[in-house]
Amino acid sequence: MSLLEIKGLEKSFANIPILKGIDLTVERGEVVSIIGSSGSGKTTLLRCINFLEQADKGKIFMDQQLIFDAENELYKNADERRKSQLLFGLVFQSFNLFPQYNVLENVMLASKLLAKSKPDYKTNKKEILKEIESTARSLIDRVGLSDKLLNYPCELSGGQQQRVAIARALALNPEVLCFDEPTSALDPELTGEVLSVIKDLAKENITMIIVTHEMRFARDVSSRVIFMDDGIIAEEGTPESLFSEPKTERLKTFLGASFYE
Amino acid sequence: MSFWNVTLSLWEGFQTTIFIFVLTILMSLPLGLVVAFGSMSKFKPLSILTRAFVWIIRGTPLMLQIIIVFYMPGMLFNIPSESRMGAVVVAFVINYSAYFSEIYRGGIESISKGQYEAGQVLGMTKSQVFFKVILMQIVKRILPSMSNEVITLVKDTSLARIIAVGELIRHAQDFVSDGLIWPLFYAGIFYLLFSGVLTILFGWLEKRLNYYKG
Repeated sequence: MSLLEIKGLEKSFANIPILKGIDLTVERGEVVSIIGSSGSGKTTLLRCINFLEQADKGKIFMDQQLIFDAENELYKNADERRKSQLLFGLVFQSFNLFPQYNVLENVMLASKLLAKSKPDYKTNKKEILKEIESTARSLIDRVGLSDKLLNYPCELSGGQQQRVAIARALALNPEVLCFDEPTSALDPELTGEVLSVIKDLAKENITMIIVTHEMRFARDVSSRVIFMDDGIIAEEGTPESLFSEPKTERLKTFLGASFYE
Repeated sequence: MSFWNVTLSLWEGFQTTIFIFVLTILMSLPLGLVVAFGSMSKFKPLSILTRAFVWIIRGTPLMLQIIIVFYMPGMLFNIPSESRMGAVVVAFVINYSAYFSEIYRGGIESISKGQYEAGQVLGMTKSQVFFKVILMQIVKRILPSMSNEVITLVKDTSLARIIAVGELIRHAQDFVSDGLIWPLFYAGIFYLLFSGVLTILFGWLEKRLNYYKG
């Protein structure tokens, strides 16, 4: 039984097809890396999964439940979409932390807002907020930033900001955590600290989809690697098979080029 | 005419000036935001209409707008305007809403898409994203242009005398007909002090928002 199931996803921008029919399943606890050259549609796929873009065709299932169907208007409704959005966490390339809030507030904000809609919020306000804060503190501890709780994003390095962004994405306990080139905006020195946080999450069996240009990292951390080319999944397999014995010419060229980088 | 008498008279005019100023700020600040949303609306007729409104208001003298607001009801519907002060405040609120709306629009459009998306993937509603994430960032960015506009308003209030509202300049001018010119210069000091206080206030606000960058 797969956790996430994507069927026949298609997406065009201004009549230019970007995704040309993506079928993808992700098992619980699996770490799936998506590699491929710029413009191959990796980021668009991730954005469709996270409802930042609306696919033109296709269906998405979570735990056998239909959560998106391009043919059905119901799934395009804002409230419906917001509910499904909570099943996923997304870590952006450019972090996108909220600059006016400190680290702790960044991690707590969404949970606090969500708690307000709970029926018992008024009566148990103190306890609910206490629990949100202790969850946030432990997440920040998990990404190794306990000493930065009260710092603002502008006072942190890029690597630290991205680690806060990871903690923030985990705060709502998503089923699937997605990463959109999480280290592309970082210099090599800072890349390491972010990747090691992601590796730790992989050990804890958190289901992840990672769009990345870091081949060595994809090889180390993934249970499965997907190679996208021109809007389709051109090749997929275990990291060993994909990196050591690429079957398609396209992947051979791509891997060859990325070794010279 | 003693210095004391002039001071008392100018003080009376100054109160009217402050009254126009405060009412205009209180109403045009929120109204400007509404106008900004109108001009950014995806519903084309609304955005075109709003932008035309902003164009007309910014493209004609405020003095003319005050006259029109005051005389128009009487000319068109034969209802004479009862309150000169009412007409002045309405004209000022309309005028400043238009200017503020453009400042808001610039601020809103300067916030990166990533901020909205970050809120969205965290399951926030559109209004939560705007009020909890975006608004504070806009306020910080537009503060310098807002302070500019607000200080302009201090001096624009003197246009109210065109329909004989007794604000500061009008009170000072009354002395000119008695052959006294210095009360006019004295009135200038009132404006200077008022805008000085506002400058300090805005400086303080900017400093308060300086705890973060972005």
